[in-house]
Amino acid sequence: MNVAGAERQDSRRERIVRQFALTDLIFREVSRAAAILVLALLGGVALSLALGSWPALSTFGTSFLVTESWNPVTEKFGALAPIYGTLVTSAIAILLAVPIGIGIAVFLTELCPRALRRPIGIAIELLAGIPSIIYGIWGLFVFAPFLQKTLQPFVIDAFADIPVLSSLFAGPPYGIGMLTSALILTIMVLPFITSITKDVFDTVPSILKESAYGIGCTTWEVIRHIVIPYTRVGIMGGVMLGLGRALGETMAVTFVIGNAHRINASLFAPGTTISATIANEFTEADGKLYTSSLIALGLILFFITFIILAAARFMLMRIDRKAGA
Amino acid sequence: MSSVTYPRRKLTNSIMMGLCILAAGIGIAWLALILGALLYKGIAGLSASVFTEMTPPPGEAGGLLNAIAGSLAMSVIAMLVGTPIGILAGTYMAEYGRFSRLTLLVRFINDILLSAPSIVVGLFVYEMLVVPMGHFSAVAGSFALAVLVIPVVVRTTEDMLNLVPNALREAGTAIGAPRWIVIRSVAYRAASSGIVTGILLAIARISGETAPLLFTALNNQFWSSNLNAPMASLPVTIFQFALSPYEEWQQLAWTGALIITLTVLGLSIVARSLTGRKEDR
Repeated sequence: MNVAGAERQDSRRERIVRQFALTDLIFREVSRAAAILVLALLGGVALSLALGSWPALSTFGTSFLVTESWNPVTEKFGALAPIYGTLVTSAIAILLAVPIGIGIAVFLTELCPRALRRPIGIAIELLAGIPSIIYGIWGLFVFAPFLQKTLQPFVIDAFADIPVLSSLFAGPPYGIGMLTSALILTIMVLPFITSITKDVFDTVPSILKESAYGIGCTTWEVIRHIVIPYTRVGIMGGVMLGLGRALGETMAVTFVIGNAHRINASLFAPGTTISATIANEFTEADGKLYTSSLIALGLILFFITFIILAAARFMLMRIDRKAGA
Repeated sequence: MSSVTYPRRKLTNSIMMGLCILAAGIGIAWLALILGALLYKGIAGLSASVFTEMTPPPGEAGGLLNAIAGSLAMSVIAMLVGTPIGILAGTYMAEYGRFSRLTLLVRFINDILLSAPSIVVGLFVYEMLVVPMGHFSAVAGSFALAVLVIPVVVRTTEDMLNLVPNALREAGTAIGAPRWIVIRSVAYRAASSGIVTGILLAIARISGETAPLLFTALNNQFWSSNLNAPMASLPVTIFQFALSPYEEWQQLAWTGALIITLTVLGLSIVARSLTGRKEDR
C-alpha cells in the first residue's frame, strides 16, 4: 500500500514535470514565432511594395527614376521631382538641425544649471512624440502666412541682384513651398538629434573631460577636442536617425509643400516629396499604372530610409559597445 | 594651439558658449510658439458639442464624435493585436534567445521598423488587406496601426526584461520552477511598470498617426460601427478639415489637434512617471 502510494505519487510528479516541460516548449516556440513575425513584417513590407510597384517599374524601367513629368492623363510617370524634393528638404532640415541640436546638447550637458537639466531634457523628449499632423497644421495656418508676409519678400528683395542667390530665392512669396517644409522638418527632427546627442555626450568618461580641464582647456576646447571626437560615431548615428525621420515624414510636409511636380531652382517655389505625393494622390489615383507608380515611389522611399536607418543603427551600436566596455 | 593667446581662447569660448545658449533658446522658443498657437486656436473651439456631435457638412457647426470614436476603436483593436505579439517577441529576445543570432537580427530589424516611414506601412497594408478585400475598412486601419505598435512594444519589453537581475531568475529556478513560470511570475512582475510604459508609448505613437490611415481606413462622414467599412479617425479628419476652405472645419481641425496633443503628452507623462518611480527605487 505504501509502495503503491509512492508509485502513484511518482507518476503524478512525472506527469506534472512533463506538463511543465510541454508548456515551456509551447511558450518558447510561440514567443520565437512572434520574434520571427517581426522579421516577416519587414520582409512583407519590402515584398508587397516590390510586387505592387512591378507594373510601373516594368513599364517605365529605369527612366522612372530620372523623368520629371508626372501626368495622370497621359499616364506618364517619373519620380525625379518627388525624389528631388525629398532629398532637398531633408538635406536643408538636417543642415539646420544638426548645429542647433548639438548646441542644445552642449547647453544641456555643460552649461545648464543642474536643476533645469532634467525638465528641459524631458520637455525635449516629450516634443519628439508630438504627432506630425500638429506641426503640419501649425505650418499651414501660422508659419506659412508669417513667412509670406515677412521673411520671403525681404529675402527676395535682398538677393535680387546676386547671381546664384537670386535664382535660389526667386518668385512670388507663396508662403508654402520647399523652404517652409524644410524649416518645419528642422523643428521636427530637432528633438531626435538633441536627445541622442545629449545621450552620447553623457557617455564620455568624466575623467577624460576632467583631465582636459585640468591642463587648462576652456569649455569649448573640451567639447571641440574631447567630447565631439569621442562621440563622433554616436552623433553621426543620431543625425542619420534624424535624416531617416525627415525623409519619411509625411503629414507635416504634405500641408506646406504645395504638391507641385516640378523641379524649380527657387526654394520658395512649391514642390513635392515622395511621401507628400503618396498622401495626396493615392486615394484619388485611378488606373493600375497610376497606383503602381505611387507604390513604386513608396518602394524608393523605403529603400532610401532602410539604408539610412541601418547605417544609423550600426553607428549607434558601436557607441553602445564603447560605453559598455 | 600654442600660438593662440589666452584672451583669444577665452573669447572663442565665450562666443561658442553664447551660440549654444542661443541654439537652446531658439529651439525651446520655437517649440513653445507651436504649442502656444495650438492652445490658443484649439481652446477657442473647445466645447461640449465637440464630444457629442458628428462631423458636420461644410459650413455647419458640429463636433468630432465619430472621429474620436473611430480613433478609439481602431487604436483599441491595434493594441489588442499588437501588444501580445510585441511582448512575446520581446520575451523571446530577452529570455529564451538572449544570446542567439536570431535575437541580434530581430533587434536590428525591429529598430528599423521603429523609425520606418509610416506611410510605407500604409502602402503595405493597402496591398495586403485593402486590395484583396476590395474596399477600405476599419480592420485594415487597425492592422496598419498594429504594425506600428509592435516595434515599440518589442523594444521596451526587451529592454525592461534585460534589466531584471539574473539572481531573481536563478532564485526562481532554484526552487524548481520551470522557465515559463519564472518568466511569468518573476521577470514579468519585476519588469511590469517598464512594459506598461512601452504600451502607453505605443498608444501615444498611434493616436496621432495619419499617414497609414489615409488609404486603409479612409474616412467616414458619419457614425459607423462596422469594422468592415471605412471609418473616421481624428487625424484623418483633421487633415481633411484643415485643408478645406471652410472656417468651421478649420476650427474643428485645430480643436482636434489640441485633443490629440493633450492625449499624447498626457500618455507620455504617465509613462515617464511610471519608469521614473522605478529608477528612484
